[in-house]
Amino acid sequence: MELTLLMYIVPSLIMFCCGVYGFITRKNMIAILISLELMLNAVDINFVVFNRYLFPGEMEGMFFSLFAIAIAAAETALAIAIIVNVFRMAKNIDIRELIKMKF
Amino acid sequence: MDFSYSYLVLVLPFVTFLFLGLMGTRLSRKAAGVVGTTMMGITAVIAYTIALDYFFGTTQGQLVDGIRQQLVAWDLTWLEFSEKLVIKLGFLLDPISAMMLIVITTVSFLVHLYSLGYMQDHHHEYEKGLQRYYAFLSLFSLSMLGLVVAPNIFQMYIFWELVGVSSYLLIGFYYTLPAAVSASKKAFIVTRFADLGFLVGILILSFYTQTFDFITLTSDPTAAIATAGGATFMGCSVTAWALTLIFMGGAGKSAMFPLHIWLPDAMEGPTPVSALIHAATMVVAGVYLIARMFPLYCLEEGAMTIITVIGAFTAFYAAAVACVQSDIKRVLAFSTISQIAFMVTSLGVARPELHDGVGYMASMFHLFTHAMFKALLFLCAGAIIHAVHSNEMSAMGGLRKYMPICNIAFLIGCLAIAGIPPFAGFFSKDEILVAAFLNSPIWGVWMMLVAGMTAFYMFRLYYKIFWWNTPNYHHTPHDGPMTMSLPLIILSGISIVAGFVPFGEMVTYDRASHPIHMTMWVAISSVAVAVVAILLATKLYLKENEAPAKMKDAFKGVWTAAYNRFYMDELYQFITHKIIFERVSRPLAWFDRQIVDGSLNMLANITNSASYAVRKLQSGNIQAYVYVYLIGALLLGAITVICLI
Repeated sequence: MELTLLMYIVPSLIMFCCGVYGFITRKNMIAILISLELMLNAVDINFVVFNRYLFPGEMEGMFFSLFAIAIAAAETALAIAIIVNVFRMAKNIDIRELIKMKF
Repeated sequence: MDFSYSYLVLVLPFVTFLFLGLMGTRLSRKAAGVVGTTMMGITAVIAYTIALDYFFGTTQGQLVDGIRQQLVAWDLTWLEFSEKLVIKLGFLLDPISAMMLIVITTVSFLVHLYSLGYMQDHHHEYEKGLQRYYAFLSLFSLSMLGLVVAPNIFQMYIFWELVGVSSYLLIGFYYTLPAAVSASKKAFIVTRFADLGFLVGILILSFYTQTFDFITLTSDPTAAIATAGGATFMGCSVTAWALTLIFMGGAGKSAMFPLHIWLPDAMEGPTPVSALIHAATMVVAGVYLIARMFPLYCLEEGAMTIITVIGAFTAFYAAAVACVQSDIKRVLAFSTISQIAFMVTSLGVARPELHDGVGYMASMFHLFTHAMFKALLFLCAGAIIHAVHSNEMSAMGGLRKYMPICNIAFLIGCLAIAGIPPFAGFFSKDEILVAAFLNSPIWGVWMMLVAGMTAFYMFRLYYKIFWWNTPNYHHTPHDGPMTMSLPLIILSGISIVAGFVPFGEMVTYDRASHPIHMTMWVAISSVAVAVVAILLATKLYLKENEAPAKMKDAFKGVWTAAYNRFYMDELYQFITHKIIFERVSRPLAWFDRQIVDGSLNMLANITNSASYAVRKLQSGNIQAYVYVYLIGALLLGAITVICLI
């Protein structure tokens, strides 16, 4: 069976929607971060797949997804650091409770 | 020597005021008193030099063709708004201002001196705040001197307000006593209300005559009124309105009915202050003001009638009240009101054509003699109060044995005010009666009746203090120290001889010399009335007896009404509290709070609640943002798809 474009894009779409759903509904900051990573990875898959199917022989999509993975790793480290600090201060990482600086 | 040195008369009290006001607390109380008294003494010497040089010198053109000239010693431009609207500070010398210089500095100096003895408690400790007291006395002297020498009406107004302020400060000297505080407020508010009329009058007059200057206004009053161009308001000429309003200011300061209510209460101040401000100088400012503008008033018959009627009524009213008061300072206060009303009436009945304007001269003469003998009476009253620690007649009696100097001084004062020759009051009061008779026999008889009442209530006071019965004194009363007795002796001397000053040759309406001629029948009848009144008082009050109490019971209604000053204070209380506060101020306050403030508050509330509503959009909740973004993106995508299909 030949692997078609659609067979990559549909799981990627499902992954992305799961990410969005998680981002909107989760209250735990770590869960939100995981959802964010999920969306990012869904986009990375799309980069690679479109590069492979639309422009075979070119490498820009590949490189771009590698670049995005690196950025995502840095960003995750930063976010985790923030979450750890927030937890130390507030003893809590529930996004609904963290309203101290709102007003 | 020209008169340019006259600025010292104003500068010295001012410097003293600043010095004692700013540095006074670093001095001892006694030192502050001595400094104030010395400086006032120097001022008095300079003022005497000026006045004597003015009256008797010839080198400065004081006298031209037998007419004393109005000299402006100096005139500084103070504020220049436009070419015509210039406010100046100057020094005008003419007979009345020179006379006032003498009156003010004499009484002021003697009061300064007297206060050194008076302002001590019975352990001979000087009272707390004596530095402040002397600073205020200096301020008052400065303001009063500035008022009388003012060559323009605006300067007069400025100093007019300053004497009001210093009067307020001195009445409230004992600021821990609620009575003194409310009396000072009452004095300030009532006179300030009258000054509103004064200010409006000044503005109208100067707007229509195009000048503030007294000399321009009075040297050719017909031309000054002609400048107004016959403008009228509500059927009367604007100058008549202006002059009547200016008289309202004068009536407030001079405690004319119905603006007299502050003066009896002002007696809460220290007694020397009452002698200086509320008997001799400040309260005659109103009389002085009318005298200053006399040529203008002469041309407005209506204003003159108002002055006469108010003066004559006040004289009677105050004399009637004085007959039954029991507080000796109140008696003297009402006596002052009555005597000032004499001066006002005298100006009101004066006409240039009547016996060379004798009323004007008589008014100024009475101002001069009254200042002396009334200051004397007040200072005696102060000595008595100092000795017996009470203002009430019931706490006094038989004091002639204990206070001989005070007794004689007070008797001289009473004889002077009653109009017994040869004491000062006889001559001036006699001239007032002559002027009144010349104008109309009604006023003449009226004023003679009031003069008789004056003699009666003064001798009632005298007998009640010095004769009557002798109550049990806790400690024997005695005459005050020399600082207190010396002013009494000096003022007694002046009260005896002041009547022989040839006033007719010195102070007249046209500043020419019009020697006084006695009108024998007026003189004899006024003396007769005074003697009868004194005999009546002697009969009733010489020894303790039942007759006064019986008379009081027989005329219970009248007596009570007079004792309560014919309920004028209650009437004011009713008008201000029940009508103005309740019916006018309260609705206005409601309108201000509910409508004016309310509409602005409503705007603020609307803005506030709108902001709260809008604020929900900016929740800061990132998940909500994402949700909104997602919905938007989906909608846009859907629309795009629909459009493409």
